[in-house]
Amino acid sequence: MPDVIPENSVGIVTPQAIHFDEPLVLACGRTLDNYTLMVETYGELNADGSNAILICHALSGHHHAAGYHSMADQRPGWWDNHIGPGKPFDTNRFFIVCPNNIGGCHGSTGPISINPDTDQPWGPDFPPLRVRDWVESQARLADKLGIRQWAAIVGGSLGGMQVMRWALEYPDRVRHAVVIASAMKLSAQNIAFNEIARNAIRSDPEFCNGRYLEQQTQPRNGLGLARMIGHVTYLSDELMGNKFGRELRSGSFQRGQDAPIEFQVESYLRHQGDAFSGTFDANTYLLMTKALDYFDLAREYDHNPVEAFRHASCNFLVVSFSSDWRFSPERAAEIVEALIAADKNVAYTAIESNLGHDAFLLPNQRYEQVLTAYINRIAAEISSK
Amino acid sequence: MMIRTDLNIIQQWIHPTSRILDLGCGDGELLQTLAKTKGVWGYGLEIDADKITSCVARGVNVIEADLDEGLSQFSDNSFDTVVMTQALQAMRYPHLVLGEMLRVGKQCVVTFPNFGNWRARSYLLSRGRMPVTRQLTFQWYDTPNIHFCTVKDFEALCTEKRIRILHREFVAERLPDRYMKGIWPNMFSDTAIYHLSK
Repeated sequence: MPDVIPENSVGIVTPQAIHFDEPLVLACGRTLDNYTLMVETYGELNADGSNAILICHALSGHHHAAGYHSMADQRPGWWDNHIGPGKPFDTNRFFIVCPNNIGGCHGSTGPISINPDTDQPWGPDFPPLRVRDWVESQARLADKLGIRQWAAIVGGSLGGMQVMRWALEYPDRVRHAVVIASAMKLSAQNIAFNEIARNAIRSDPEFCNGRYLEQQTQPRNGLGLARMIGHVTYLSDELMGNKFGRELRSGSFQRGQDAPIEFQVESYLRHQGDAFSGTFDANTYLLMTKALDYFDLAREYDHNPVEAFRHASCNFLVVSFSSDWRFSPERAAEIVEALIAADKNVAYTAIESNLGHDAFLLPNQRYEQVLTAYINRIAAEISSK
Repeated sequence: MMIRTDLNIIQQWIHPTSRILDLGCGDGELLQTLAKTKGVWGYGLEIDADKITSCVARGVNVIEADLDEGLSQFSDNSFDTVVMTQALQAMRYPHLVLGEMLRVGKQCVVTFPNFGNWRARSYLLSRGRMPVTRQLTFQWYDTPNIHFCTVKDFEALCTEKRIRILHREFVAERLPDRYMKGIWPNMFSDTAIYHLSK
C-alpha cells in the first residue's frame, strides 16, 4: 500500500467497462453477439488522435497496467515500472490504452461472464479464441476511442503476438510495433509446458469439466499447480539459484532430526500458486494458453514469415532477454530475420538479464533506456508533424 | 569513431537510394548521414549495448549481432554495399568476415588502421614494445584490435582471395604523412579505405 502516490505514478485510476453491441465473428466461426471490454487509459488523447499507444497484455495480464485502484492496493498495475509521467511510456506525452482481452477474467467478457443463452456462466462453453480475435476487438475499441491509427502497439510474450498480428491485419492503423520477449509461434517444448499446466487444471476433481462455477466450487489446486509449472519456466535457473539456492524454510539435515524438511523454493512456489489461484479463472487459463499454442504468425501466408511481414508497414522494435528460455533470443532473431528479408524498418536488442522470461515485466536499466530511446523518437515524430 | 574525411571518401562510392549494411555501425552516424545525403536505406549491426541504444535514439535500424558469428541471417547479394569501418582488426577471423561481406553485398567498403605506418614501426623499433599511439590507444593485453594488418598485408589477402579492389584511398592527419601517403601509403597512411567487389 503506498502511503503517498509516487510522483512518477499515474496515481489512482478507475477502469471503465466499454460495451460493444456489434456482433464479433470469431476465428473459430462462432459469434459473440455482444461483449464488454474492461479498459484503463492513462494520459490524454491529443487533438488529432496521433499519440495513442495500445498495450497488449500477456497470458495472465489484464487492463490494470499502471497506477493504483485505491490507497489500499498492495501493488500498482503490472507494468507500472514502464508507464507513468517521465517513464518510458510517458503519460505526459501519450494516451495509453490497456484493455483486458475478451476471454479474460478481470471484467471483460469471458468464461466467468453470464452466457445470455443459458443465464449461467459461460464456463467451458465460452468460444475458443485466437490472437486475431483480440486484435479485432481492440480495433473496435480504437474506433470507439476515436483512434484511427496507433502511434505504437506494445506487448510482451502473448502480447507481442497481438502486436505482430495487428501489424499484418491493420497495417495502416499502426506506426510502430514494439514486440518484447515474443515469438512467431511456440515451440513443441513450449506447447508441452502449457499442456502440463492444462492437465493439472483438468485433473483437479473440483474442475467439474469446467462447470465449477455452476457447482459453486473452484479447481484451486489444479490452477495453483498450473501456475507453479508456468512460473518455474518464466524464471531462469540462475535466478532461482540466487534467490533460493538450497535454503531450508523448515527442518534440518542434522543427524537425529526427522522434522519435515521444506526448501525455500517449495514454499515460494506454493505461495505463487495459491495467490494466483485465488484471483484467476481456470477456464480463462485454459483459453489463454490455447490461444498461445495456436498462434502461428505465418500460417495464412504459406508458412512464410517474410511473406507475412511484407503486409506490415509499421516500424518495429524487437527486444529479447538473454536468460529467457521460453521466448528465447533465438526466437526473436527469427522475427528480426524475417523483417529484414521483408525490407522492414527494425531495431533489435537482446537485453542482458538473469530474470528469465519475467524480465519483460521487471525493472532493468538497459531495457528502460532502449524503450525510452524508441518512444522518444515516436514523440518527436508526433510533435514534428 | 568515424572521422569526417573517412565519411566523405566512403560517400562517393555509395550510390543514391542503395541498400546498405553497416557492420559494427557504432552509434549509427554513418547510416544516418548516408540516409540524409544519399537517401540510402539499410541496417547496422552492433554488439555494444550503449551504442545500440544510441542507434535506437537516432532512429537507425540497428540489429544486435556478433559479427564473429557470421552473417548467416542475410542472403547472398542482398545489399548493394556492405560497409565496415574500423572493425576488421577486431574480428576473430577477418578473412572469413570479409568473405561473408562479399557474399551478402554486391560491393564492400572496408576501412582499417594501417599498422604499417612509420609511427607504429618506429615505436616498435625504438622502444621494443607494442605501439600505443594516438590512433591505437590500447595496451596489447586489453586491446579489442586483435588482428592488425598493414596496407600490404590487406592487399596480399585480396590477391589471395581474388577480391577485386575497385578503389583505394588513404588518410593521414599529420605532417609529413599527409603529403607522403600518396607516394608510400603503407608507410604514411593512418587509415586505409578500400572499395571492393567479388
